[in-house]
Amino acid sequence: MELHHLTLEDLAEYLRKKEVTSREITEHYLSRIDAHDEEINSYVTVLNDEAIRRADEMDAALSRGEDRGPLHGVPIGLKDIFCTGGILTTCGSRILSNFVPPYDSTVYRKLSDAGTVLLGKQNMDEFAMGSSTETSYFGAARNPWDRGRIPGGSSGGSAAAVASGLCAAAVGTDTGGSIRQPASLCGAVGVKPTYGRVSRFGMIAFASSLDQAGPITKTVKDAAILLEAIAGYDPKDSTSVDVGVPPYREWCGRDLSGTRVGIPKEYFVGGIQPEVDREVRNAIAALERLGCEIVEVSLPHTDYALACYYIVAPAEASSNLARYDGVRYGYRSEGYSDLIGMYRQTRADGFGVEVKRRIMLGTYALSAGYYDAFYGKALRVRTLIKRDFLEAFNAVDVLVTPTSPTTAFRLGEKTEDPLTMYLSDVFTIPTNLAGLPGISLPCGRDEESLPVGVQIIGKHFREEDLIKVASALESVLGAFGVAGESGAREES
Amino acid sequence: MEFEAVIGLEVHAQLKTDSKIFCACSTAFGRQANSNTCPVCTGMPGVLPVLNRKVVDFALKAALATGSTVRRESIFARKNYFYPDLPKGYQISQYELPIAEGGFVEIDTKGGRKRINLTRIHMEEDAGKLLHEAEFEQSHFSLVDFNRTAVPLLEIVSEPEIRSPEEGGAYLRMLRDILVYLDICDGNMEEGSFRCDANVSVRPRGQSAFGTKTELKNMNSFRNVEKALEYEIGRQIGAIEEGGQVIQETRLWDVAAEKTVSMRTKEEAHDYRYFPDPDLVPLEIDEGWIEKIRESIPELPLAKRDRFQREYNIPAYDSEVLCQSRALADFFEAAVAVHGNAKAISNLLMTEVLRELNKDRVDITETKLTPSHIAGIVKATDEGVISGKIGKEIFQIVYQTGDDPVKIIEEKGLRQVSDEAAIEKIAQKVIDAHPGEATTYREGKKGVLGFFVGQVMRETKGKANPALVNEILKRLLEP
Repeated sequence: MELHHLTLEDLAEYLRKKEVTSREITEHYLSRIDAHDEEINSYVTVLNDEAIRRADEMDAALSRGEDRGPLHGVPIGLKDIFCTGGILTTCGSRILSNFVPPYDSTVYRKLSDAGTVLLGKQNMDEFAMGSSTETSYFGAARNPWDRGRIPGGSSGGSAAAVASGLCAAAVGTDTGGSIRQPASLCGAVGVKPTYGRVSRFGMIAFASSLDQAGPITKTVKDAAILLEAIAGYDPKDSTSVDVGVPPYREWCGRDLSGTRVGIPKEYFVGGIQPEVDREVRNAIAALERLGCEIVEVSLPHTDYALACYYIVAPAEASSNLARYDGVRYGYRSEGYSDLIGMYRQTRADGFGVEVKRRIMLGTYALSAGYYDAFYGKALRVRTLIKRDFLEAFNAVDVLVTPTSPTTAFRLGEKTEDPLTMYLSDVFTIPTNLAGLPGISLPCGRDEESLPVGVQIIGKHFREEDLIKVASALESVLGAFGVAGESGAREES
Repeated sequence: MEFEAVIGLEVHAQLKTDSKIFCACSTAFGRQANSNTCPVCTGMPGVLPVLNRKVVDFALKAALATGSTVRRESIFARKNYFYPDLPKGYQISQYELPIAEGGFVEIDTKGGRKRINLTRIHMEEDAGKLLHEAEFEQSHFSLVDFNRTAVPLLEIVSEPEIRSPEEGGAYLRMLRDILVYLDICDGNMEEGSFRCDANVSVRPRGQSAFGTKTELKNMNSFRNVEKALEYEIGRQIGAIEEGGQVIQETRLWDVAAEKTVSMRTKEEAHDYRYFPDPDLVPLEIDEGWIEKIRESIPELPLAKRDRFQREYNIPAYDSEVLCQSRALADFFEAAVAVHGNAKAISNLLMTEVLRELNKDRVDITETKLTPSHIAGIVKATDEGVISGKIGKEIFQIVYQTGDDPVKIIEEKGLRQVSDEAAIEKIAQKVIDAHPGEATTYREGKKGVLGFFVGQVMRETKGKANPALVNEILKRLLEP
């Protein structure tokens, strides 16, 4: 079996048995990136030399008996939204196209402490605003299963890299579905943890009250391993919560008997691609066979989630992105004659169309005289949406829904119609608004063999429930594996 | 028509914490530009604020000392605007739910004691500073210093209950004294650690509706605030009396020209797009926290003044001067505890001591003086060991050297001469040397006595007991 098909658990075992070195694994991935990423475009920055150096260090440490745990020596990728000290961090934007942060995000620091080898920084929608990775200043990433299609977004580079064997695992971020939707569209596993579970320090903010980092991996167990490494309270993030991190791995392979699974009826209405509906229902049937009790539940305010999100997220973004003014770092346009001119030209040239659209939406929503009608009302709706979930969780342990209403769409298919694009996240957005954890895992394929994802939503700080249910489901449905050079599935 | 001024003051007090409000950077003043900075206070991508607990402690002190109501849950908001000294493009402040509301500051006015109510007290971060190569208009570029960025501020807003520039000055001074007593702000207006903006309007006396207000900025001393208010009230009344009207605008105090000038009108005002900062969780304050802070609050200036008058029987003026500084007031009390002549101790402190402190620009705790030094000087005077004049000389030596006054009296032989025979001998010698003056006295011009006293004191190098000198001279000069 080739190295890029191995799970994190396998890699850990082989490294310790000395059957393979971190350097060999790292070189293997780097050579694959070199060979295939021109087409996939999943990386903005590849750290060829640094990764080899780091792999050697990790090999040396391991042979000294210094074992940092299951991720020791494992090459991973990071969405280019995480600040990495001394390493270019662009957030997919021209305005940060020359930004080298002087400090590390907590997620990167934790991954470094866990012994991972960073292969590079992965492509994404600009400032995580998009569902297709097409808004990236560095060009669209491609879906490994059909390179004429998008990989989803905004963590599209990370999902595409995992699904095409260009990293052992990756960490992305999810504001309205940006981990789960691309994981679903690429046949990978993606976890959006509870808001407050993973530190946001050093993760470039899009919408602060919604953003969370989480793993994108080949298998559920890999996701559990990676989540365990990055989760936990961080005194540098006031919104991170001091709740102990359970050993998520141990929740894999458990019996599901008696687990109550809620099916929100509002998530199975018009607009869903028939194959998505079919495959998700099959997954639900599989859960029933695994001993789950299936219960229909209602989340009555679901219809308002998208509208609510497109007030809250742009409002926060309009403020978060004000710092990109060309004064202290990043890109600054030439040819200005005064301060306002410098701001205007820098921001006009430095931001792409989608980012500007959202800054304008958000600025409008917060303006004097409009605040109550837009932002204020959105906050009230958000409370209702959260309440829906909490009530549903009185009756069930987890909820199961499609991750995205469709499988991967074609490049350029929705770029002219932002509203259609926004609908791609209609099933993932409510989870972010409620701060709940969600996982997406592959559950089948459509007529064109494109992956279909199923989403499992859990209670606050109960990621272990997601791991348990997803792991059991994966054991009967099978992991999706890594895409071959042609986009055809490589048997593993 | 008679007009009445309506003034509300907004004070920004820089808090004396060691570190900034949302990061661990030092707040030390005067360091090299941008040396007190980190990714958090320079607004790098991805950084997050973490609230400094000490800032909340200080805000609670101010709130409790002014009788304000502390909100059990308050929130931070973002005030959005673009300016190069504001690295995030927004200032973290409090807007809808500030840490404290209500409360009051009492001031003494010509009409007696008056209570100025407070609207609110809230916490926020300071902005940075722009530096220019030349005068702003001529500069080709600006440099930004972020050392001051995110230094904690308290904004304290009064109700529009101030009716004159004098009341405004009294309010500001009292508020400053309170914050300095609480040891949370150094109260220095010139250095900008205590800043004031004013909202001013006028209305015909008797009218309850407010007139159109202007906002005054850039007043960097108590005196300037009073002058600016005076000017602005006059300007507004003039405008109305000439048949014009007051325009709602922000005006700057031009120190050199001694007038206010328009900066921007309401139409040009910012829309700050306030909203709750999603990076900070609501601040919850429990009873225990409030109690702990309440216990740490010292006696406040006004209460101390009243007590000094009552307890030490000193005039209102003395108690006000002594209570301007908590250290001076403590010093006074400690000295009185050693020797009970409060008025004499007060006199020495208000004249000799304060003159030296002002000259050297130091606080009394930074000198070699101790309360028992001052008590010792006054006691020696009261007991007739030295004269008041010698007492002042001894004070100078004590102030310079820190030596004990009793030791100085002995070592320098400054003990007052109270030996009647000795004084009489000198007095007779003086009278004999000035027969003309003696005759003048005997002819009824008693004022000449002072001349003789002066001569005797000169002969004895000031050590003769003045009361005794008087008595002996009078006896010898009688025909």
